[in-house]
Parts: sequence; structure tokens; C-alpha cells
Amino acid sequence: MSETVTNTGWTPDQPMVSIKNLHKSFGDLEVLKGVSFDVMKGEVICIIGPSGSGKSTLIRCVNALNDIQKGSIKVEGIEVNDPKLDKLELRKKVGMVFQQYNLFPHKTAIENVMMAPIHVLKQPKAEVEERAARLIKKVRLEGKEQSYPGELSGGQQQRVAIARSLAMNPEIMLFDEITAALDPETVKEVLFTIQELAEEGMTCILVTHEMGFAREIANHIYFTDRGVIVEHGPPASFFTDAKDPRTKEFLSQIL
Amino acid sequence: MEVFADFFRDLYDTTGLNFVIFYEEYESERFIAAVWTSLKLIVICLILSLVVGIVGAWAQGAKSRIVRLVMAGYIQFFRNTPPFVQILFFYFVVGTTLERAGLMPLVDMGGWNEPLIGNFGWAVVSLSFFAGAFNVEIFRSGIEAVPTATREAAEALGYTRLKSFIYVIFPLAFRVCLPALNNNLVNLLKTTTLAYAIAVPEMMYTANQIWSDNVNVTEMMFVLFIYYIVLVGILVWLMHKWERKMIILGYN
Ligand SMILES: Nc1ncnc2c1ncn2[C@@H]1O[C@H](COP(=O)(O)OP(=O)(O)O)[C@@H](O)[C@H]1O
Ligand SMILES: [Mg+2]
Repeated sequence: MSETVTNTGWTPDQPMVSIKNLHKSFGDLEVLKGVSFDVMKGEVICIIGPSGSGKSTLIRCVNALNDIQKGSIKVEGIEVNDPKLDKLELRKKVGMVFQQYNLFPHKTAIENVMMAPIHVLKQPKAEVEERAARLIKKVRLEGKEQSYPGELSGGQQQRVAIARSLAMNPEIMLFDEITAALDPETVKEVLFTIQELAEEGMTCILVTHEMGFAREIANHIYFTDRGVIVEHGPPASFFTDAKDPRTKEFLSQIL
Repeated sequence: MEVFADFFRDLYDTTGLNFVIFYEEYESERFIAAVWTSLKLIVICLILSLVVGIVGAWAQGAKSRIVRLVMAGYIQFFRNTPPFVQILFFYFVVGTTLERAGLMPLVDMGGWNEPLIGNFGWAVVSLSFFAGAFNVEIFRSGIEAVPTATREAAEALGYTRLKSFIYVIFPLAFRVCLPALNNNLVNLLKTTTLAYAIAVPEMMYTANQIWSDNVNVTEMMFVLFIYYIVLVGILVWLMHKWERKMIILGYN
């Protein structure tokens, strides 16, 4: 497997993701109004907040799917807000899973997992296939290798999407409300997969509405509203000692 | 073979229906040569028009404004002018101008020289760009039907615009546009008869020569209709086979 070489001076004792005073607008609409936080290696961060508060925009900025107007995001020392950013270098480090699973419908489950390492990283097919088979097993979809996305349930597709992302050997995973579109029965199996990943030490930034899950796996929870972080803290205190009225109101609605 | 020829000779003697191409060696050789020329013309134009369509659809999404403007101009020109005029223009204006300016390389044909692009070549160029312009539009509508979310998934995995086009966007777009593509290719097949205007010895041109020599317009028209019905039938059959092969399990 490829070693990541960083010549950015980043060392594991520094934050893996460091966001400082992030501003993001779509035209005249300012969606993020100065967001800052750090994520250390191996940490699991949950971002919660009402719909439209800028959660998706925030994590999409981390892997440069959205551009940034002001501020800084550093991923292992790579400055994302840099016109000369090497997007491939960034995306090798950052995996992302979306709310709509977005699998490639014309490829089988295992092909979905194999595609990017072969096309993007140009790794040999045999090696990739072996790793893909292991990843499919890891997300407990053994036997579904040859199924097309359209033949799988939402939860199964979402787990293929996780495996597809992991096949690139990312250092950090972004999850954007990945259980929001699923049937309640399949939510659990997807959350279980994420939990396993977190336990293995994967650095994760999760946007989620699953409060019970957030409480269980997060090292730190951030509550966002209208483009700012209103309140944050470790789950133990966050859920019980929320001070801001907006946080309280949100929690009372959702818990 | 002899029985076959005798049948048509008898048919002519008894009914006056003159399918001369089936019993007279000279005419049947002309006819067979025309079959080959028209098949060659059709296959080359079909393939090139697809290449033009794919490259054009890719270029339409280019960052450069100039590239996009050139593409828009190309499509407007070829879609909004008659293909008949286009083929005459390419042969008599573009071809002649290039030759006069000494810009057209000559190929030694063993004793005499021919321009690298002659009437067959200009028919290929003009017809491929004509059908290609429609193919660009067809592929573009297919590309627009691919959800942004699918594009972003590829982007997040590190795919560049070109790689994403090749491996993700185009294969999905292609399936969406197969029916429209089917129509346009059938049209192109029929439009190759315009090569007649610049004396490419394809089926239309040769049929015309044969009926001029034998005064059997009706019979040759009949042959023409049958010939194109069979060819279009084969093309449609192949496209449907392709379409079925492309069906994605559980998709749409
Ligand atoms: N591509 C876009 N163009 C314009 N506005 C957008 C775009 N994406 C998101 N927005 C707007 O930004 C705001 C935050 O959206 P989003 O980050 O998706 O919120 P959340 O994920 O918290 O629900 C919303 O008002 C949304 O309409
Ligand atoms: Mg969202």
C-alpha cells in the first residue's frame, strides 16, 4: 500500500484537520460565517444542527468540493484554500460518503470499490481486487460482490459506498448524513460499520441526526446554526449542559 | 448462380421488368462495387460521427470559453444548413480551394496523382460532421441527465474531469441517449445517398447510371428501396442488441 509522504511539515501531534475562520458564500448568501475547529488524528467529530445551517457545505469544503472565500482549511498541512491546490493529493487523503449513496449504477458492487484505485491511483488490478474483496467483507456484504447498486437496499448501497471510499486508503473520512435517506431497519447496519471504523482509529467527521449514535462514538460534538458554531463539547457535557437557547431548542426537538 | 441470372433474364423477356444488375455481368459488377462503396461510406461516417459526437460533447463542457464558442458555432452551422449544400460546399469550395492553394497533398496512384481527400473523402468529412453535430447535442442531453451527485462522487474519489467523463459520466449518458442516437444514425445512413451529388460511386449514384443506360428507372428504384430498408433494418437491429446489452440491472 502506498505510503503517504507529506512534505508539508505536518506531524501527527498536530491537528489532522485544522479549520480557521472559514467563510463560504454562494453568491450573496453567506452560508459559513467564520467557522474554526481542529480534528486530531483518530478523533471522531460529529456536527449537528438544523437543516440549512451549513453542515454539508462545511464538510464539502474540507475536500474542496466547494471553494472557500476566506479563511483556511489545512488537511495534514495541505492548505485547501490555495489556487494551486493539488486536488488529487487532497482527495487521496480525504474519503467522503454522501447522503445519496451515489454509487456508479453501471458497475457491480465490487467494481465500484475497485474503480478509483485502478483509474486514479493506477494500482494493479489483481492487488486492488483482493483489497476490494476484503473491504466488501468488512462492510458485511460478502456474496453481494456481483450485484449492481440497483439490486441492493439503501443500507447495502451505503456500505458499498463506504468500502469504495476506504479502497483509496484515506486518512480521514467525511460522512454527510449518510443514514438520513435510509429505512430505519438499515440505519443500524450502516452505523455499526462506521463505529467499527472509528474503533480502528479512523479520523472521522460526521454530519448526523442520530443523536444516540453521536453520543456514543463522538469525541466532540459541534452544534451549528446559520453558519456559525453555536456550541460544542464532548458528548457527556454537550447533551446535558447545553447553554445556548438555540442548542437547547434543537436538542429538545430531536431527542 | 446461373439459375438466378436465368430467372431474371426470363423475367425481362416475359414481363419487361429489367433487373439488369442480376443477369448482366458488366452491370452486376457495377452494382457490387456500389454496394462496397456505399457500405464503406456508411460505416466510416457512422464511426466518425460518433467520435465527433463524443469529443464534441466533452469539449462543450470545457473551461475555455473559446472552445465552447467554437463548438456552439460548429453545431449551429451544421444543424441549420442543408446537408446537401454542405457536401457541395466541402467538395467544390473547400476541396478546390485547398487544391488551388497547393495545400492538398497528392497521392501517387501509380502513374497519376490524386488529391489525398477526393470526392469520397469530402463526402466522409461533410457527412460525419453533419451527423456529428447532432450527436454532440444528443450526448449532451445524456450527460445533463447524469446526476450532479454521481459526478461529485467521482470527483471526491480523485477523478479528474477527463477520467470522470470516460469512466463514469459518458457510460451513463450513453445509455440514456441510445434511442435518440439510434434515430440520428439511421438518418445518417440514408443521408449518405447525397454523396451522389459529388459523383461518389455509391448506391444512389450507380443506380442512376444504371437506369440511364438501361432505361429501367422503376426497377432500380425498387432495388434502392429494398437495399436501404435492409441496411436500416440491420443497423436498427444492431443498435437494439447494443441497447439490451447496456441495460443496467436495477437501474431506471
Ligand atoms: N450549490 C449551492 N448553491 C447555492 N446555495 C447553496 C448551495 N449549496 C447549499 N446552498 C445553501 O447553503 C445553505 C446551507 O446548506 P447546507 O450546507 O446544505 O446545509 P445543511 O447540510 O446543514 O442542511 C442553504 O441555505 C442552502 O440553500
Ligand atoms: Mg446537508
